[in-house]
Amino acid sequence: MDFNDTPEEAAFRTEVRAWLAANAPAHVIPQGVTLDDAEEVERGKAWQRAVYDGGYAGITFPKALGGRGGTVIEAVVFAEEEAHYHLPKGPYIGIGLGMAIAAIAKHGTDEQRAQFIEPTLKGELTWCQLFSEPSAGSDLANLRTKAVQDGDAWIVNGQKVWSSWAHRSDWGILVVRTDPSVPKHKGLTFFVVDMKSPGIEIRPIRQISGASDFNETFLTDVRIPDSCRIGGVGEGWGVCMTVLMGERLGSGSHKAQVSPLIDYAASTPGMNGGTALDSGSTKLALASALAEEQGARYLEARLRTMVSRGENPGALAGMIKMTYASRLQKTSALAMELRGMDAIAPASGDTQTREIQGDYIWSTVMRIAGGADEVLKNQIAERVLGMPGEIRMDKNIPFDQLKG
Amino acid sequence: MNFDLSDEQKMLAEQARGLIAERSPYDHLRGLIDAGAEWDESLWRELGEMGFLGAAIPETHGGLGMSALDQGVIAQELGRANAAIPFFSSIILCADAIQLAGSDAQKAEWLPKLASGEVIGTLAYAEGPGPSFATGVTFDGSKISGAKMPVADAGIAHIAIVLVAGGGFVLVKLDQPTVKRTKLDSFDQLRAHYRIDFNGAEAEALPGAAKLSALIDRAAVQAAFEATGAADACLEMARNYALDRQMFGRPLASFQAIKHKLADLAVEVELARSNAYFGAWAADESPDDLPAAASAARLTALKAFETGARENLQVHGGIGYTQEANCHFYYRRERTLALALGGRDYWADRLIAAQPGSQGKAA
Ligand SMILES: Cc1cc2nc3c(=O)[nH]c(=O)nc-3n(C[C@H](O)[C@H](O)[C@H](O)COP(=O)(O)OP(=O)(O)OC[C@H]3O[C@@H](n4cnc5c(N)ncnc54)[C@H](O)[C@@H]3O)c2cc1C
Repeated sequence: MDFNDTPEEAAFRTEVRAWLAANAPAHVIPQGVTLDDAEEVERGKAWQRAVYDGGYAGITFPKALGGRGGTVIEAVVFAEEEAHYHLPKGPYIGIGLGMAIAAIAKHGTDEQRAQFIEPTLKGELTWCQLFSEPSAGSDLANLRTKAVQDGDAWIVNGQKVWSSWAHRSDWGILVVRTDPSVPKHKGLTFFVVDMKSPGIEIRPIRQISGASDFNETFLTDVRIPDSCRIGGVGEGWGVCMTVLMGERLGSGSHKAQVSPLIDYAASTPGMNGGTALDSGSTKLALASALAEEQGARYLEARLRTMVSRGENPGALAGMIKMTYASRLQKTSALAMELRGMDAIAPASGDTQTREIQGDYIWSTVMRIAGGADEVLKNQIAERVLGMPGEIRMDKNIPFDQLKG
Repeated sequence: MNFDLSDEQKMLAEQARGLIAERSPYDHLRGLIDAGAEWDESLWRELGEMGFLGAAIPETHGGLGMSALDQGVIAQELGRANAAIPFFSSIILCADAIQLAGSDAQKAEWLPKLASGEVIGTLAYAEGPGPSFATGVTFDGSKISGAKMPVADAGIAHIAIVLVAGGGFVLVKLDQPTVKRTKLDSFDQLRAHYRIDFNGAEAEALPGAAKLSALIDRAAVQAAFEATGAADACLEMARNYALDRQMFGRPLASFQAIKHKLADLAVEVELARSNAYFGAWAADESPDDLPAAASAARLTALKAFETGARENLQVHGGIGYTQEANCHFYYRRERTLALALGGRDYWADRLIAAQPGSQGKAA
């Protein structure tokens, strides 16, 4: 057992470090600086262009498609090193790289690959994900947005929701129902859609964080050429699975979040003189969270070892995200409590308490998006432990005959 | 990075698991309890002959000179089977104390016999209610007086390492007339506990400077392996029972309350296992990381075993409350592991103190 890179990984890491040291600093967004979202996307595109020019875009994509033709572990090494810099890498970049071009590479035609993959790797195209609907979240296949064929195009009508950064995206990945007369997973088809198409209306949604990065997206008689269909008619579910797998693998890494809270407790006055860290219950709660966090770090190391051997960790990867999300929620709440009343309305200069408040808000997203806790638990039970799947009321029933 | 067991370690685990499963099935454990047996002597002898007991004892002292991780692999399998042998008392605590703090003569005299299993040792630290690491027993340079209780496996042990006033260790042979052993009623039916009274018993100091905390950290990592193996056994038992048990026209395992409970347990087991791996790595390669690594391993392993022992019995329903079912072995053993080596508060303090920037520093 060791924590060392293989000689090839070490050589690649050295090379990446040197390249980042020379190129990343100019693109870093200083901590505490918030850009307006148009500006943030522009910075994101510029950084992605630099990554492409450096030869590190699409590390696992074949060279013929504009990628590097490298290994999964090289992609992991690059991501680890890149994470040392605070770079503009929001969903506006991530959805394109992690979802859209993965789907196009696997299920698209050669023309589609040529049209979308390299421009996305260059940062020229930004993407949003038009999957969720008011009646389709965890049960994504329950979606109702429909497309009807009209010559060499499709006419799309319906509503998507929670579309992150749709208002700043060039293209969207879209899944719609093309045949309501078959069971729900079978009647779906996958498209890419130009977000400037007539009939697309994007309305921002105010989030509990105060920001509005996600939207409702209304589609009214939107015309999508058949050449934008990815995969066969009725085969959209399989394409969605490719996309969601990318999402799960990508949401693994996380920051060490508990140890700063120990310093935070040690610098907060305690009940009987001393500091908040003198309290046994506070210590136990923080230590338990820290022990869990360390366990997650070494579990990640085990999964990373699997990846480097070419194995797929599958549902085990969900464990990392799942525990991170609830730990973030519990410990940020605990930190506010040990701080006392002050944590409700801290002095304006107290950025750490504001960050903790932000974590408490953000943890709710982590517990829902990218596979909600309950959904991940089902997956662990079914795929890791071999327990039975959920009993379904919708199996083999044509979509148009389902109730509700 | 290669953060996984080596092929040899995987083979070692398989070999240990196969042997222990064959020699120590649950009915055998039940038989030991019914017979009022103190321990599973034949399993002990066999493991000794095969070299498992002395795995981590240096070759110069009759062991195999393997790593803490190799030993952890074995401890995990012993925990999985809830084996009734004094591995923890004799190897993890007594032999390691001698290895860390013993003189060359003490090592030469005792380690080979502990490695082969011919001599059994234990560590006497608690003194009744209160913190585990008590120092009320006095040592005047050659004799000790006072009482230790409870002491695991003291009935079958030949020697004990005793924690004495001032925090040092002494080695005591237990077959002296000045040593009186009284059997206590043990909550764990497969690990006997004793009170030992020392009435001016002959004792010799372990002269080394090694601290109690270092010994306990190393032992905590091994105990974490043991607990992880046991938690894993609970998970497997609960899963298998739930798949088998039919109710309301479907398997119990198809109910989401049960699926989620066991998914949570699976996560706890994997976190614990990952921390145990790191703890063993730190014990071998990076002693500076050991206090934090051992504390984290300890806290997560006990959490996983606690959940496993409780929820496994719960999944079984009424049958889980019977001596005929196998849940109770773990339900009782879990308390032994939780209470030995210091409670949660001790390890929480230690983990916090080991953080850079925290006011304290690990002792
Ligand atoms: C910040 C944010 C950004 C997002 N961005 C995008 C985006 O860009 N594009 C996009 O398409 N979507 C996006 N989403 C949507 C996200 O994918 C969904 O929120 C998620 O799939 C959950 O669906 P839902 O919100 O409809 O909740 P529901 O599926 O209605 O879930 C409600 C509750 O039911 C539980 N539940 C669900 N299924 C089961 C079950 N089988 N058993 C037990 N409990 C169950 C869930 O765990 C949850 O607690 C985003 C969401 C958030 C919060």
